Amino acid sequence: MANKEYSFYPGCSSQKAASGSNYQTSVNTMCDVLDIQLNTIPDWNCCAASIGYAEGGELPRLALSARNMALSEQAHPGQDIVATCAACWLATRETKERLNHSQNLMNETNEALAAAGLNVKADQNIRHMVEVLIEDFGYDELGKHVTKPLNGIKIAGYVGCQTNRPFGIDGESFENPKYLDKLVETMGAEPIDNYDKKVTCCGGALAFSEPEKSQALIKDIIEAAYDGGADMIVTPCPVCQMNVEVYQNDINAKYKTKFKMPVVYYSTLMSVAYGKNRKESGLDGQVIAAKQLDDIVK
Amino acid sequence: MSNMNTAAVTRYRNNFLKEVEANVEEGEWVKMCMQCGVCAGSCPLGNAWAHPPQEIFMMIRAGKRDEVLTSDSMWMCTSCYNCIARCPRELPITHIMHGLANYAHRLGIAPKNQPTRKFAKMFWDNLTKKGRVNELKLGIALYFINGLVDGIKTALKAAPLGLAMYKTKRLSPMEILGGHGIKDTGGLHAILKKAREIEDAKLTKM
Repeated sequence: MANKEYSFYPGCSSQKAASGSNYQTSVNTMCDVLDIQLNTIPDWNCCAASIGYAEGGELPRLALSARNMALSEQAHPGQDIVATCAACWLATRETKERLNHSQNLMNETNEALAAAGLNVKADQNIRHMVEVLIEDFGYDELGKHVTKPLNGIKIAGYVGCQTNRPFGIDGESFENPKYLDKLVETMGAEPIDNYDKKVTCCGGALAFSEPEKSQALIKDIIEAAYDGGADMIVTPCPVCQMNVEVYQNDINAKYKTKFKMPVVYYSTLMSVAYGKNRKESGLDGQVIAAKQLDDIVK
Repeated sequence: MSNMNTAAVTRYRNNFLKEVEANVEEGEWVKMCMQCGVCAGSCPLGNAWAHPPQEIFMMIRAGKRDEVLTSDSMWMCTSCYNCIARCPRELPITHIMHGLANYAHRLGIAPKNQPTRKFAKMFWDNLTKKGRVNELKLGIALYFINGLVDGIKTALKAAPLGLAMYKTKRLSPMEILGGHGIKDTGGLHAILKKAREIEDAKLTKM
């Protein structure tokens, strides 16, 4: 019997050989250490992220998340749904709140779900993995499992948008949330002070459709991390991770910068600090190697 | 769709605010805007909007229907939710912008070559086909967003990135052969079809 168990919504980017597969690897490792059992929602579908609105509109978009919630209620009754992706979490939680707020929307959604023999109650909690870590475990408990503290590594905690707004983590401010810094500290590393792009947008899905505009935002996010003396950036969001890590060559070419800033997940840091190896920590998924972490797992 | 646009114009005459309230997601909030401009100042792509949100809200009240619906302003929304977090009147601005973009798109009067509009449609088609996003096919479709010649140039430029993602096992060429998906695609398609019917019925009422 696991210490804690949750109904798990992994999301598209977490799948095998997808852009956030390294996130999933490190989450699995972290959960093993903490004895968290993740019960994957059977046959879960995409949430449409933050770009599905244009073609999907309101009800079809909400129906996507409602289907996942309905499947979760069937397979894992009474369990909170936990997502690791910021967009998955946001879309699902927004759907829950919208359905709870409007009986009309609830009825229409269930009318749509009935076409596949499903029904949603939307009465479970929809939580991000960092909420589970902070609220159900707490920093002290998380710190107890550290066997290889990340001494001397300076880290910029890039919270980004969708794990922070509009819902955010309970007890944190929108403008200067501290949880990522506290998590960094708990793992023995050093969060940089006054990281002034902590909650700035990376462009999200517009990194694809408006690359120049988005890369201008990403440039500032990386520059601010260098300005604060950071060795690497840590983030709780797979879109942030990818956008900030993988366009650095393009940005360097355009802005004559020399960026080579590793961008890792909180779960990567935790897996390394928990003494796990390179592969288990997802470090083989770094496009820009996180050298200090590689040195620790050696 | 353009007859739907004509129907909307006829039905609401010069009361664009009523049209927005009735047909745009969260549109009933528009009248609550007090024109403080915090949304405009908080938007990461603020300088790319021809009309920032508070201006859009005033234009809706002023009946500037064509100017609003054919604008590419709303398409600049990155869904960062800064405007929602900061709005003193607590308007769900992000959702209203999405709603306006979607409404204009459904009426067929959104800017035709707006890249985010095109990408959003690609994304939706990609995810609904098999129930999950196929990142490889989405990426390839994106390269060719502006046609074949441009696409080949873009794909070549992006090749080193694709290779890096492949080497780190974050992209699989096998996705081209089908790739990830759900089992009950039939059920998902039935749900989406029904949801679309319900939503379309509301629009065609006008």
